[in-house]
Amino acid sequence: MNLTNLFKIALKALSNNKLRGFLTMLGIIIGVASVITMLAIGQGSKRSIQAEISEMGSNMIRIHPGGDMRGGVRLDADDMESLKLEDLEDIQTQTRYVTYISSAVNSAGQAVYGANNTPTTVYGVNLDYLEIRRYKVEDGDTFSEHDIKTAAKVCLIGKTVVDELFPQGENPVGKVIRFGTIPFRIVGVLQSKGYNSMGMDQDDLIIAPYTTVQKRILAITHLQEIVCSALSEDYTEEAIDEISDILRTNHKLKESDEDDFSIRSQQELASMLTSTTDMMTILLAAVAGISLLVGGIGIMNIMYVSVTERTREIGLRMSIGAKGRDILAQFLIESILISVTGGLIGVLFGIGAAIVVNLVAAFPIYIQPWSVFLSFAVCTITGIFFGWYPAQKAAMLDPIEAIRYE
Amino acid sequence: MKEVIRLENIRRDFRVGDETVHALRGVSFSISEGGFVTIMGTSGSGKSTLLNTLGCLDTPTSGEYFLDGVSVRSMDKNQRATLRNRKIGFVFQNYNLLPKTTAIENVELPLMYNSAYSAALRREKAVEALKAVGLGDRLLHKSNQMSGGQMQRVAIARALVNDPAVILADEATGNLDTRTSFEVLVLFQQLHASGRTIIFVTHNPEIAQYSSRNITLRDGRITGDVFNEHILNAAEALAQLPQPEE
Ligand SMILES: Nc1ncnc2c1ncn2[C@@H]1O[C@H](COP(=O)(O)OP(=O)(O)OP(=O)(O)O)[C@@H](O)[C@H]1O
Ligand SMILES: [Mg+2]
Repeated sequence: MNLTNLFKIALKALSNNKLRGFLTMLGIIIGVASVITMLAIGQGSKRSIQAEISEMGSNMIRIHPGGDMRGGVRLDADDMESLKLEDLEDIQTQTRYVTYISSAVNSAGQAVYGANNTPTTVYGVNLDYLEIRRYKVEDGDTFSEHDIKTAAKVCLIGKTVVDELFPQGENPVGKVIRFGTIPFRIVGVLQSKGYNSMGMDQDDLIIAPYTTVQKRILAITHLQEIVCSALSEDYTEEAIDEISDILRTNHKLKESDEDDFSIRSQQELASMLTSTTDMMTILLAAVAGISLLVGGIGIMNIMYVSVTERTREIGLRMSIGAKGRDILAQFLIESILISVTGGLIGVLFGIGAAIVVNLVAAFPIYIQPWSVFLSFAVCTITGIFFGWYPAQKAAMLDPIEAIRYE
Repeated sequence: MKEVIRLENIRRDFRVGDETVHALRGVSFSISEGGFVTIMGTSGSGKSTLLNTLGCLDTPTSGEYFLDGVSVRSMDKNQRATLRNRKIGFVFQNYNLLPKTTAIENVELPLMYNSAYSAALRREKAVEALKAVGLGDRLLHKSNQMSGGQMQRVAIARALVNDPAVILADEATGNLDTRTSFEVLVLFQQLHASGRTIIFVTHNPEIAQYSSRNITLRDGRITGDVFNEHILNAAEALAQLPQPEE
């Protein structure tokens, strides 16, 4: 018996009972469609987070004073002041993997212009900071190295601050605002970056020379943070090791001493964030997978009913020469046809639903090719697995008894 | 004449609980090519059991069975399935056509399980067989759109389509009225005339008069085996039946 004939027979049997076939398929359709949609949504949000992070600078590395506090809280006053300007300079001169490096100190406070005021943060940095964080000056210019040396009272301001302080739409460049008691002359306005994936407004800031913030606002000599960027995302690890070595030498730490600083890369942050969405994806896919399982059990149930119902037909086929394996193959093909067709429709529905979610709820989606192949493979396996026992039952029937079955 | 079937001391026991039912208790006979043999007997005498054995659906408890010169006893399930497919045509009391399926597809069915036949050849053979049973104009009718007599003729066409060594019929007229029974009987006589070997199990003693030989079973034994010298013509008998009211 060749396969083409078995296919014809199975197709014929299915077309004799289209409604039932479709209802059985529905379980698989819903299962596959939900797997595809869930994965598309999960992957979509993961990708959008990754995209936003790389927008922020995926090769960014941040160095904080104080040991690694992720394991618990260990605050030591000295530790908190361990980062000095010399550290920055040493990294700058010795590094092979770091391209941009900036000191960073910040202070939160009230910015005032005329009758308007707004709470914001002033970041004291050097010019590399704009490169590292990928800020661009839209209007005016940046401050100069000379401004840094002289701790000049100049600043760049973000769009949100502009909107708050200059609601009439005047040109802020050249105006003098106050931050706390210190007057700052605005030299430039930053291009808007919008919100980041953690919901922070990246335009709500003032950028000034770090010397100015250190001396005039905070009255400190240490650095609160060093921000730098690695050669590229791929060199982040190397850059971290290198920085760590330099800092340990600088701080005269012994082999047994723990770091008195901590280094974190944007990549770590990214994997932290995406691990949550991964978790969600797995959960959603598991729920969807269960509905696929239920669909499979539906197939099994219908195939059992079908075998019982068609006992006479099976008896007849056997009496005119069908072997047990022909009957087995016929019923297996029937269940595989149901599950694979259901899978195909499910894939289309799933992709359609994902697109609808994307259009209606503006949710980011990404349909991963492997998820389509996977659910397809699962469908075929479901068909074989759940079709096997009923088909086996059919193949084991005794032709004489089967043909007499009422 | 060539011997198509030879049974040697066939026994068939069924175990039912603790008891053993002896359905066949030593049956021996042979049938040569072109015979039209009716098998008669009271209910429970073992006719169906004998026919199942002849049709290679059942294996005897003991004894030898040669079909077309081949010993069936030593064959396994798959070999017997192939043997049924190539050498036997079955006609059942309740037709056993596939539901919602056209006459032609029903008739093609045995050939579906024989990879030697292409789709085109299958169709050709099926049309030929349906024409032989007088249903050349009903090729695409579905089984539920036909009368009992027509369904049985489709079943006969299906039994013919593989050019079997022997056609086995179990109560093939059992579900039909007198008139239709005769129509089917005419068909069997035509097949007989064209050289087919037919074994026809029946309750109806009248039918024995239209066959060339009649074997009587009783309690699993052969109690009578007569060759019929004066075979009646079913077509004539059909003509003499009162016409159905229109
Ligand atoms: N599968 C079986 N299991 C047990 N006993 C069986 C089986 N098949 C047949 N028998 C027994 O064998 C005997 C012969 O049965 P069989 O069906 O051959 O009779 P039959 O002559 O065809 O009767 P009928 O004219 O009513 O069809 C009966 O006593 C029956 O009960
Ligand atoms: Mg019987």
